[in-house]
Amino acid sequence: MIVAERKPLGEIAEMIAPYEKVCVIGCRSCVAICLAGGEKEVNMLVSAMGLLNRRTGRTQNLDGLVLERQCEKEWVKEVEDRILESDVILSMSCSLGAQTIGDMYPEKIVVPGLNTAIFGVPEEQGVWSEKCLGCGDCIIHTTGGICPIARCAKSMLNGPCGGSSDGHCEVNLELDCAWYAIHERLKLQGRLELMDMVRPPKEWNTSHSGGRRVIVREEARLTSHQKRATEESQ
Amino acid sequence: MADAKPKIVGFCCEKHGTESVDLAIRSGEQYDASVRLVTVPCTGRVDGLHILKALEDGADAVFVLGCLEKNCYYDTGSIEGRKRVEYVRTMLSEVGIEPERVEMFNASSTMVWKFPEIASTMSQTARRLGPIEPRGDTK
Ligand code: SF4
Ligand code: SF4
Repeated sequence: MIVAERKPLGEIAEMIAPYEKVCVIGCRSCVAICLAGGEKEVNMLVSAMGLLNRRTGRTQNLDGLVLERQCEKEWVKEVEDRILESDVILSMSCSLGAQTIGDMYPEKIVVPGLNTAIFGVPEEQGVWSEKCLGCGDCIIHTTGGICPIARCAKSMLNGPCGGSSDGHCEVNLELDCAWYAIHERLKLQGRLELMDMVRPPKEWNTSHSGGRRVIVREEARLTSHQKRATEESQ
Repeated sequence: MADAKPKIVGFCCEKHGTESVDLAIRSGEQYDASVRLVTVPCTGRVDGLHILKALEDGADAVFVLGCLEKNCYYDTGSIEGRKRVEYVRTMLSEVGIEPERVEMFNASSTMVWKFPEIASTMSQTARRLGPIEPRGDTK
């Protein structure tokens, strides 16, 4: 899932300060699970901004709503009226939702209420950790199912480096050394020979380094005829 | 404004929290504040939004009263309540509202003195801070 964190409320207040009608839009998917931009967080933010406005003596119309998925146009379209009525959209989804609204209504100003941070997993209640950087060419079958790109501070393909110490990473001793974990996992699986495997440099052009990536599934795309038929039926 | 009775909302768990309040009232303990009590099954049920809404709707201060930690009827409910209170206090600080308007308290059902003490603490805080309204030093 995508893990995000709410920006400090002072920063959010500053972004929306010039506008009278603010539409605060959350998302019920990843950012609700990571307690950053679901229904509860939207309502609490609207409430806190209301208190701030009371303290500063200003009136601002704050309209809070939540979509099933803010990164999908169909869901955004359902609240089009409220988007068009507002002076600014405060998106409480990950940046994908914010950018979806921005691309659909380019004349509208969209500001981010969250900092979109990681592809991560919930480790325990209240803890999310990064496990993938989306390199576009997965190699974890050679590393015991543990991603060295995301979980090693140096993204080493052939680790560990000389700084691995008692299972911890030299870059930050509070972090686990990914390569120590890979060694332990491979030992458990009886596949330690993979530690001797030399992984050649990766083709980073499948990652973001090759420029913005767009994934196309031709068999899933609509033909121009299908698109017309869909439009006509709406 | 300083003479008006401050408006205080208290979320009390229906176990030790409410029982300690009932005992204080039945024992004739006096307190000087207008306190509206909201009974909740457990302080773990109190959401940050409940607290913010109470302030939004005009409360000058809000408290949450639960069982003593480690002696909570629902085991860890009052710990949850405390964490929510702490989070709301952080949010309030971020928007420039005094966090001490919101407090967590714990009591056992026999602590007859606790509720008058809470009412007095919260009412002193509310009187000192006044209502949430524009201050001279804000724009
Ligand atoms: S190797 Fe690449 S795709 Fe696989 S988990 Fe790591 S970053 Fe993600
Ligand atoms: S100590 Fe381990 S995790 Fe840290 S940089 Fe070296 S190999 Fe990577």
